[in-house]
Amino acid sequence: MENTAPQLFKITFDGIEIEVPPGTTIMQAARKIAEADATKSHLAPPAMCYYEPLKGSGGKCRACLVKVTAGSAKDPRPMPKLVPSCITTVQDGMVVENTTNEAVLETRRGIVEFLLINHPLDCPICDQAGECHLQDFAFEHGRVSTRYEEERRTFEKQDIGPYIQLHMTRCVLCYRCVFTADQITNKRVHGVLNRGDHAEISTYIEKAIDNDFSGNVIDVCPVGALTDKTYRFKNRVWFTKPVEAHCDCEKCSGNVTLWYRGDEVIRVTARKNEWGEVKEFICNTCRFERKKTSDWVIEGPTTVSRHSVIMANKYRADLKKPDFGLKVAAAQYKQIDDSRPFVTDNNTIRELSKENNAKANQRSLAENN
Amino acid sequence: MQLTNRSKQVSNKQMTFAERIYLPAIATGLGITIKHFFQKKVTIQYPEVKKNLGPVFRGRHVLKRDDQGRERCTACGLCAVACPAEAISMVAAERQKGEENLYREEKYAAVYEINMLRCIFCGLCEEACPKQAIYLRHDEFVPVFTERDQVIWGKDLLAENMNNRYLRKAWTKEEAREQDIKGIDAKPRTQL
Repeated sequence: MENTAPQLFKITFDGIEIEVPPGTTIMQAARKIAEADATKSHLAPPAMCYYEPLKGSGGKCRACLVKVTAGSAKDPRPMPKLVPSCITTVQDGMVVENTTNEAVLETRRGIVEFLLINHPLDCPICDQAGECHLQDFAFEHGRVSTRYEEERRTFEKQDIGPYIQLHMTRCVLCYRCVFTADQITNKRVHGVLNRGDHAEISTYIEKAIDNDFSGNVIDVCPVGALTDKTYRFKNRVWFTKPVEAHCDCEKCSGNVTLWYRGDEVIRVTARKNEWGEVKEFICNTCRFERKKTSDWVIEGPTTVSRHSVIMANKYRADLKKPDFGLKVAAAQYKQIDDSRPFVTDNNTIRELSKENNAKANQRSLAENN
Repeated sequence: MQLTNRSKQVSNKQMTFAERIYLPAIATGLGITIKHFFQKKVTIQYPEVKKNLGPVFRGRHVLKRDDQGRERCTACGLCAVACPAEAISMVAAERQKGEENLYREEKYAAVYEINMLRCIFCGLCEEACPKQAIYLRHDEFVPVFTERDQVIWGKDLLAENMNNRYLRKAWTKEEAREQDIKGIDAKPRTQL
């Protein structure tokens, strides 16, 4: 009688042994190690194009290259070249080196350099800064400075609808958005045009993406090429506070993350797992229309790694306040009358800015000092 | 009985005649006093006269503009996140057509406020800035304020005055050390 129990493959990843079912990729095995032990999360190879929820993604960016020093138990010869871990399936007895292999790390430095050749260094302006995979990748694996001196590739600005902003110059051609359009939405109106250096993500015949789930391309984009137009320049990620919330939505699951600035919801995104992958895709109504707290049922603050910049300057609710100081303040000082008008209107702010610009040009503090 | 070995022998010697009349000692003392009348004074008549604060003194903030008078700040928020006192806040806006002469980049800080009560003049904002937009002036302080509404400085006080630009010889500590700059009166090196 044949044994129907699933046979497990034993592989060694950076010296750690793990048993995984056949058909698992090296990347998935590495992530399994990291999920079992949080202290080993740095061992998982970085991914720019691979996205687990999207079938067929991976194998394009070469960020996840690893060295296979023994192919399998039956054929223990090493693989001649570095292999992309996101699309290479494991063999029984495979030995993989990632962070322990100097060649892998050196190659990764090269990959970062290639990805950054045409990527504009406009992180101070980019809305993705702070949650950008390319930023993390370059920070962890790249060189400190650039050697590139040539002109960077630029594209003509293209408007792809009222909700999504496309910055083609920032695109790293990971194809994630194309797969999303293919697999999540019914009809594809979104793809890659031209070849090689001229390749660009675009909608055919400049047709706006009007599918109900088209907003998800914002979440899957690892860089700031596709960003939320309703969130454009509203605030930096690290000044906003992520909160888990849900609502009754007939189109999607309604499970989202709300990003607060003060009492104002300035952005709605899908919930992401620790690898930055969307757990459940959400619809455009949830993402772009429901920007009031009253539309949502709040579940609680999102857990963010305390090493993330998103946690910068955030305090826990159970923070102990100094009693004595508060009592003294209450007894000795009167309340501050902060009756400055709180302007939120964009046009007024813009006009004020110009006015202040002119004022600054007129005055000199030198004589007062 | 000896308690410690630190006791000193006291001399009980008689003073000489010259010592006993005290006049030479008084003359010496007066001489020292009179000598100081003719020496250079160490006191500075602040605030009429101001001391040289050094090339990288951290005084009040300035939001630099470039040569064409455009604001350098793009409201990236790195100064605010670097600020240990959380004194900086800003509101970003997108540059419109026709405003290219005002702002250098596509995005700019429409509101940029520093709470001068909170600021500890550590200079971390200056170090964090990727656009070389914010500097702490080496030649001016924050003036003493008496009213609450003078505490929060907006862009009207912070942005650089193009008619009276802020220039200095060294923009970083390293540069100052390299050039071994002592005074601020030396001619500014370059325009930034």
